[in-house]
Amino acid sequence: MAKPKRRAEPRIVVAKALLHLAALTPLAILLWQMWAVANAGSNALGPDPVAEIEHRLGLWALRLLMITLAITPLRQLTGWTVLVRFRRMLGLYAFAYASLHFAAYLGLDLRGYWTQIFEDIAKRPYITVGFLAWLLLVPLAITSTTGWIKRLGRNWARLHRLVYAVAVLAVLHFWWLVKSDIREPALYAGIAALLLGWRAWKRWRVRTSPAARA
Amino acid sequence: MRLRESLHIPADDITDEAVYRDRRRILAALGLLPALGVAGCSAAAPPPSKVVVTPEQAKSGFRTAEEQTRELDATTYNNFYEFGTNKDDPSNAAKTLRTKPWTVAVGGHCAKPGKLSLDDLLKGIAPQERIYRMRCVEGWSMVIPWLGVPLGDVLKRFEPTAKAKYVAFTSLADPRQMPGVRADVLDWPYREGLRIDEAMHPLTLLATGLYGKALPQQNGAPLRLVVPWKYGFKGIKSIIAITFVENMPKTSWNMSQPSEYGFFSNVNPAVDHPRWSQKTERRIAGSASKLFAERIPTLPFNGYAEQVASLYAGMDLKKWF
Repeated sequence: MAKPKRRAEPRIVVAKALLHLAALTPLAILLWQMWAVANAGSNALGPDPVAEIEHRLGLWALRLLMITLAITPLRQLTGWTVLVRFRRMLGLYAFAYASLHFAAYLGLDLRGYWTQIFEDIAKRPYITVGFLAWLLLVPLAITSTTGWIKRLGRNWARLHRLVYAVAVLAVLHFWWLVKSDIREPALYAGIAALLLGWRAWKRWRVRTSPAARA
Repeated sequence: MRLRESLHIPADDITDEAVYRDRRRILAALGLLPALGVAGCSAAAPPPSKVVVTPEQAKSGFRTAEEQTRELDATTYNNFYEFGTNKDDPSNAAKTLRTKPWTVAVGGHCAKPGKLSLDDLLKGIAPQERIYRMRCVEGWSMVIPWLGVPLGDVLKRFEPTAKAKYVAFTSLADPRQMPGVRADVLDWPYREGLRIDEAMHPLTLLATGLYGKALPQQNGAPLRLVVPWKYGFKGIKSIIAITFVENMPKTSWNMSQPSEYGFFSNVNPAVDHPRWSQKTERRIAGSASKLFAERIPTLPFNGYAEQVASLYAGMDLKKWF
């Protein structure tokens, strides 16, 4: 089979470059602030930098996950099929931030007590679901390459439905860790419900109206 | 030495910062400031805090020589939900709180109840500096030099009766001054309580200041409770009522999540929060980079077991968490 069209449209290239820049900006800001804190004793990350780093990385992982999940509804609503071409990179960035979030918990927060992670995963429901969300992202990230997409064929789409479970687990992870003010996790729960609800509604409509069978 | 004596505080009962601040104030009052050129000192960085703790102080738990939390950190990282639930909300929003005039209603099972101004409430009791560890239920901790009076000294004046088995505290909850109260995150007003023997314990402090200064609003001005062997949320802020009661009073976090926050809430590494471990803590202290701050083990009763463990003799601390 011939290689896919190499000639990427300049507009797509530019859009992708901008998206890379946008997705890397929170990380760049965070790294800059961490450097300032470590080297110059800056107060950029507040009195408890470790908590701030963890929280921010986790929040961006969740945001990018929601953006990734918004691609399909947006495409269906606007008819802009081109949007799908940005989905993989957004999903991979969500995975990257989630991995950094997990790494920060182990390497910056627990540190010498890193073996506590096993007990945490087993005993703390919010960590259990958070870890599970990250774990489920791993096979999705691995099979995100064009080669794997071809190899898996129809099963690829089936496998990647795991991302819906990840969204639910990630929101639960946030919800269960707050003490009493659930407004922020509730916002993400609402967004996730909207994005997953849209899909459920679409499926239900397809199934119930024979005319709309695709 | 003369200077320190003039502060009516034992020489080793004071931090360097307090010495520096008060020295300037006193010299200024004497009109010596320009003559001595002391003003120039204010630009110099204060020497690293070297707290001297006598064996008696160590035994009483009144002072710890551990590295202190920076004032900036202790006054910008606050849980004071009346001003919002983010750590920096209180320091950003609390300036609207008027702390003068301030009255405290003391009542319940006592011979001499009354509604007193803050000055009258504390009149004649010499403020002390106490350097305590503070362990938040969220898993971080600080070391803070408080100014205040032993709660017991204040309570005794009201002559609690034999029926006074507990002491209940109430915070101000004024939605006009406290934007966080408009949100339904806790059942306002904030309520806390202590058993009478806990309230009378010499470590229990009614704080009016920190770092040698008056208490900033975000830290619970003008009057807050500090109970160093309990999780930080027991330290109710901006107190307007103290009531002697016979039965265990309702407390805000216990009302919000009874399975997670008990009435006693003594710091205990052996009893985990249902959602997270309490075995270790992140210490927020010192001016060095906290990016790689050391995680330290949490101690029973936050390291005050020697002073307070006897209060709970025979109690199952897993049940009465």
